[in-house]
Amino acid sequence: MSTLPPDLLIRPLGEAALCCAVNGPIALEPQQRIWQLGAGLAQTEGVLGLIPGMNNLTLSFDPLLTDSQALEQAARALWARPLRRQQAGRLVEIPVCYDGPDLSDVATHCGLSPDEVVRRHTAADYVVYFIGFQPGFAYLGGLDETLHTPRRAEPRVAVPAGSVGIGGAQTGIYPLVTPGGWQLIGRTTLPLFEPKAEPPTLLAPGDRVRFVAEGS
Amino acid sequence: MSLVLLRAGPLTTVQDLGRDSWRDRGISRCGAVDDIALSCGNLLVGNDVDAAGLELTLGPATLRFDADCCIAITGTDADATLDGRTLRPWWRHRVQAGQTLKLAAPRERMRSYLTVSGGIALAESLGSRSTDLKAGFGGLDGRALRDGDVLPLAAPARLPTRSIGIHPPEWDASVRVLPGPEHDDFSDAARAALWTADWQLTPQSNRMGYRFAGPELKRERGGELASHGVLPGVIQVPPSGQPIVLLADAQTTGGYPKIGVVIRADLWKLGQLRLGAALRFMPCTLDEARDALRRRQATLAQLRTALCMST
Repeated sequence: MSTLPPDLLIRPLGEAALCCAVNGPIALEPQQRIWQLGAGLAQTEGVLGLIPGMNNLTLSFDPLLTDSQALEQAARALWARPLRRQQAGRLVEIPVCYDGPDLSDVATHCGLSPDEVVRRHTAADYVVYFIGFQPGFAYLGGLDETLHTPRRAEPRVAVPAGSVGIGGAQTGIYPLVTPGGWQLIGRTTLPLFEPKAEPPTLLAPGDRVRFVAEGS
Repeated sequence: MSLVLLRAGPLTTVQDLGRDSWRDRGISRCGAVDDIALSCGNLLVGNDVDAAGLELTLGPATLRFDADCCIAITGTDADATLDGRTLRPWWRHRVQAGQTLKLAAPRERMRSYLTVSGGIALAESLGSRSTDLKAGFGGLDGRALRDGDVLPLAAPARLPTRSIGIHPPEWDASVRVLPGPEHDDFSDAARAALWTADWQLTPQSNRMGYRFAGPELKRERGGELASHGVLPGVIQVPPSGQPIVLLADAQTTGGYPKIGVVIRADLWKLGQLRLGAALRFMPCTLDEARDALRRRQATLAQLRTALCMST
């Protein structure tokens, strides 16, 4: 890969964190550069935590051990490096029982049969762009455009853990019970977050996800 | 060795200084909201600053000790008594097995901390004993403590004997703030109001975030932001224009513009602001923020040395 990296915008977030961000549309290549930047910065003295977001990376550091100029220089040097050939991420298959309470609403909205919604939802390979909102909640890229469905007008007070949903152009799995506005199309019994395990979450940035329909 | 919660109080949790690992997996920091109070309390009883103690919120609480130990109550004054005898806050006290500690609802401010020599000896979860109430892990079963709960205590290496106290840090209802990444997107009026308004803490506030009411902070430039990492201290402004200051239990990512960030050295002050009270944001520079943190760490180091010599 010989493409030049897009411009990296670096701004302070208080005295103990920096936000590094690229402008432009959401795509896999800039996100792979974000992961690569995070992996490189993890080895840098004084860095405490790294949070990849969508097209961005937030790094927190101990301002008494290092300073933002040194880290900004380190980030720019790492960013200028060519994107390493990415090994295809780990493939995680997630068994889903597609019996969600909103499956028929999603089908109606998309002008498809419920079976066709399931077929298209299971046909795609998704990529974990980043984790946020809840422990182990993966922001997945790759939802079939014909399945994009607006959130529910009335969010649910409690979405059960393991629910698989669609919210706008996103699809994902709720690791824990939470209020939520996504359209629920199914559920999985696979635990997404286990605090006693290390690592504590099933999914990590860069993983590939495939949903597999199982009988209800 | 154990500590029995005869009356747990409205919101009492096990907290240390929180966890920094696994933030890329969505794990929140958690930990004591008033981290100075917990750190000082730990030093008073001979622990490391990051040992686990109890955070008591507005709490009348009653606790019984089943072992001899040393305790300190820091944070806001909760008129603590030990078998009816008044205990001074921010002092080290000897406790004998079987004695009962009572804390009243504090007359002012918000949170008191109980530290015990040796620390609360629950198992660590993901590198910390702090309770994550939202994700339901850490502390005792990932939940607030209830009447009848029993907490294990570690046997301290040695029990400090001399009675000694320290001056609590001076609290006022103001925190220093650095401009955030989207600060310049806000209107002139909004940027001025940030520093001049009395921001009232609303009841829709908890350990995740403090929601303030005041003049509407209008953002004039910039579109919707992509989801990005956030940290305790970040001041987000949702479309309502009413700022939210993220606290210890805040989720790891957000999408709202960030008008400012409360400096690390002043975060503890937020933990003592009462619901309904007014807060001022004070402008600050990067150098001032770093100096304040350096001074704070130096003070804790001096305190540790001084307390080590007076056991």
